[in-house]
Amino acid sequence: MRPLTEEETKIFFEKLAKYIGRNIVHLIDRPDEPYCFRLQRDRVFYVSEAIMKRATSVGRDNLLTLGVCFGKFTKTLKFKLHITALEYLAQYAKYKVWVKPNGEMPFLYGNHILKAHLGRITEDTPEHQGVIIYSMADVALGFGVTARSTQDCRKLDPTTITVFHQADVGEYLRDEEHVV
Amino acid sequence: MGNRGRQANSKQRDPAPLNDATIARITGVPVGGNKDAKPKGKRQLARDNKKAKVDAANGKNGGRQQQQNAARKVEAASEAEEEDDVDELAPPTKKSKAANGAAAASSKPSKAQKAAKGKAPAFVKADEKMVEEEEGSDSDGWVDADDVHSEDADMWDAAELDSDDNDGMLDDEFDDLADDSDAESAAGKAMEMEFGSDSEDGEEGEEMEVERQARELDEQAEEDAQMAQEEMQTNIAQRERFTLPSGQEVDREAQLTEDVSLVQTRIQEIMRVLNNFTELREPERSRSEYVEQLIKDLANYYGYNEYLLEKLFHLFPAAEAIEFFEANEVPRPIVIRTNTLKTRRRDLAQALINRGVNLEAVGKWSKVGLQIFDSSVPIGATPEYLAGHYMLQAASSFLPVMSLAPQEHERILDMCAAPGGKTTYIAALLKNTGCLFANDANKDRLKALIANCHRLGVKNTVVSHHDGREFPHVIGGFDRVLLDAPCSGTGVISKDPSVKINKSEEDFRLLTHIQKELILAAIDSVDANSKTGGYIVYSTCSVTVEENEEVVEYALKKRPNVKLVSSGLDFGREGFTRYRGKAFHPTMSHSRRYYPHTQNMDGFYVAKLKKTSNKFPGKAAEVAAGTPDQETAAAPAGEKAKAKQTKVQAAGETQAFGFDEAEDETYIKHAEFKRLKSKGILLHPRTPEAVAKKSTTKPVLSAAEREAQMIAEKQQKRSESKAAKKAALNRLKGGEEIEVDVGDAADTSAKKPDAVAPSPAAAATPAAARTPKGKAATASVTSVSQTPKGIKSPASGGAASANGKRKRGGK
Repeated sequence: MRPLTEEETKIFFEKLAKYIGRNIVHLIDRPDEPYCFRLQRDRVFYVSEAIMKRATSVGRDNLLTLGVCFGKFTKTLKFKLHITALEYLAQYAKYKVWVKPNGEMPFLYGNHILKAHLGRITEDTPEHQGVIIYSMADVALGFGVTARSTQDCRKLDPTTITVFHQADVGEYLRDEEHVV
Repeated sequence: MGNRGRQANSKQRDPAPLNDATIARITGVPVGGNKDAKPKGKRQLARDNKKAKVDAANGKNGGRQQQQNAARKVEAASEAEEEDDVDELAPPTKKSKAANGAAAASSKPSKAQKAAKGKAPAFVKADEKMVEEEEGSDSDGWVDADDVHSEDADMWDAAELDSDDNDGMLDDEFDDLADDSDAESAAGKAMEMEFGSDSEDGEEGEEMEVERQARELDEQAEEDAQMAQEEMQTNIAQRERFTLPSGQEVDREAQLTEDVSLVQTRIQEIMRVLNNFTELREPERSRSEYVEQLIKDLANYYGYNEYLLEKLFHLFPAAEAIEFFEANEVPRPIVIRTNTLKTRRRDLAQALINRGVNLEAVGKWSKVGLQIFDSSVPIGATPEYLAGHYMLQAASSFLPVMSLAPQEHERILDMCAAPGGKTTYIAALLKNTGCLFANDANKDRLKALIANCHRLGVKNTVVSHHDGREFPHVIGGFDRVLLDAPCSGTGVISKDPSVKINKSEEDFRLLTHIQKELILAAIDSVDANSKTGGYIVYSTCSVTVEENEEVVEYALKKRPNVKLVSSGLDFGREGFTRYRGKAFHPTMSHSRRYYPHTQNMDGFYVAKLKKTSNKFPGKAAEVAAGTPDQETAAAPAGEKAKAKQTKVQAAGETQAFGFDEAEDETYIKHAEFKRLKSKGILLHPRTPEAVAKKSTTKPVLSAAEREAQMIAEKQQKRSESKAAKKAALNRLKGGEEIEVDVGDAADTSAKKPDAVAPSPAAAATPAAARTPKGKAATASVTSVSQTPKGIKSPASGGAASANGKRKRGGK
């Protein structure tokens, strides 16, 4: 377990900013407890400092997880966000997309969101913007990247893709091995 | 139905057909000499029927006459039936009677009713026997009913009237009757007596007749009831002879046919015998033989291996054991636990009901459990599940966490955490505060644990992959520890039937060994001085005593600083304080046992221990006075963290008072000797005792001085030529092994021509120079006093030179 290097932090925050923009600050400067990011086996964990301190007594080969895993760095130092980060992303998300009930299941199977499934979308969402996807009951289902901006979405026919799938909650079942 | 006076209160049965004897009496025709005629037997009835058919074919009887005959025959048949039942207690009927008896054993009145009802089927049977024209038989019944049900008309009246018409016919019949009734008069004396008395009493007046018939009917009913009673008694007496088959018989049977129903019957029979052993036993067979056979049969029937079945059988009384095994065949209900970090139970219930799931709260004992009855969508794949609103968890798995009762901001350890149901429940109770360590020894299952933690939004968890026995070495000082130990799984047989066959004695030995080690590790990982905690919960999903009470007993023995406390669960059976000769601590009754057949949840065991102090006698070394210099994560671990590492130091610290100097002297000397020897400085004499002795005779240089002297001499030796050194080494070997007198050494070197040819003088001087090093005295003194141990040593010294050079440097 080690803190992130400068470069890693930069890459990581850039990726995060795609979804939550400037709210990253809230992740770091929390009112209740100081939290930190730590790297363990190429995975970035977000954990309170007190817990992190205690976790140092566990050996490097034995420590698997601490706190919440946000994602991992690939071999070429690109950062991939995992679905496990959803809770924090959903909390601080700027752009949101709501899916109709008939569109929940296709998305949870890993498909992209079509215009027919689109329920609501925040205004002035630009194209290729990271968004969090909710069901109509305000349950976060995953996140993705918009294919079209909001205005363009209005004029589409029902079978065009509006949001590219990045990660969804169904991965806990489909892809349990690689979730963390 | 017609009212018949005194019978008006009770519901009237189907009317009994006329007895032949009664008919005889009515008609006034004596039946073959004895007025108390026996009712016809079955055979006679059959003959009569044939005769009736023949007559009918011949046209002898009119329709009405036939009906009357039918009525009479029916009555006779029904009477005969009763008689037959009573008379023929031969084995062939025993089996059917056995079936009847089984039913009868439950209630006697029912037997009487059955007897009464027996007439109705007999009625029907007689009809079937009668004539193929079914309408006729039906109409017979109808006719008879008419006759009976009408207020004034009686079947008997009608018979009487008609019988007058057909005397001739009747005579023939009655002659036949008479013949057969003679044959049957031997049996059923009781009936004869009755009828005899009746026939003697009555006049031939119609009203009296009717009354008498009625009375006879009642008496007959009583008779039947009594008969039935006796029958049942005799049946029981007959059935009592359940013979326990010997082992060989059973094996032979098993080889021939694996008849499951046979095994089941035997099980039930043995159970019956065991319940009423004194009466129903075979005198020469002991109870243990019955039990043994029962165990074999149960193992065969339910598919267990005998070792495991015997173990489980002895946990309960016999009947309850069978209930337990039955319950293991049936799955337990599906239960889910609401994740209070993300939702509330009623919201979740609403959402699931909207999806088409039929559910209900699991019981008063839990506020987060929901029981699923059926569902149109897969419960493990709803969007609510994926969003982490609930977790599929068995009801019994709630219990250890409820017992543990973690408080917010506590440090909790879950030693065997995978797949994470209990861990996430603990985190939910902690409300994501404090710190939760989840550990498991199995890496694959850890993946599931991690996934579950993330899915349910648990943020305060550290997941580690250690053997649980490594705690508290890894980290200790927890407020509470949950140990859901790996077990044989005898409580979850309904989930995993393979447990029935693959658990053996060896498995139990290994498992209990691991469990005992784990529980000790768990106890040691807890900080007894924690303000809110100091509890350990031990739980298993097993019902055997070896894995539950015995392990807790072991912990109580080995750790006097823990005690059992109330588990906090208000339902469930108490743990055993005694079991088959083993006695446990009386507080063992605080622990709780759960069974599938009583609580309808998986077999489970929960015990809660409280640690009262961090020390206990015999383990004083474990109590390090704290490691204030260590500011790392081990700090909260406090006393326990580096226990093993600082054990020796701690021992030294705590026992810092008083070193025994004299005792230590020898050890110190010996240690010093060894140290010097490892450097290549050999002391002569070698043993410390000899040194001590020697030191009394000669002034002894201090070790340091000696060492310095030796080093100096070593260097001196090195400065000499190498060739000479090599040769000298050969001498030195000789010089090392023996105490060489310098003079003698010179002589010996002169004596050996070839081996020591090169420069004996050179050898002598190094020898002379070296020998003093081996001695603890002044050079001159030692050179004189040293004597070679053996002349042959130079020869052997050559061989040993290699060794000597390595070990003994410059002598």
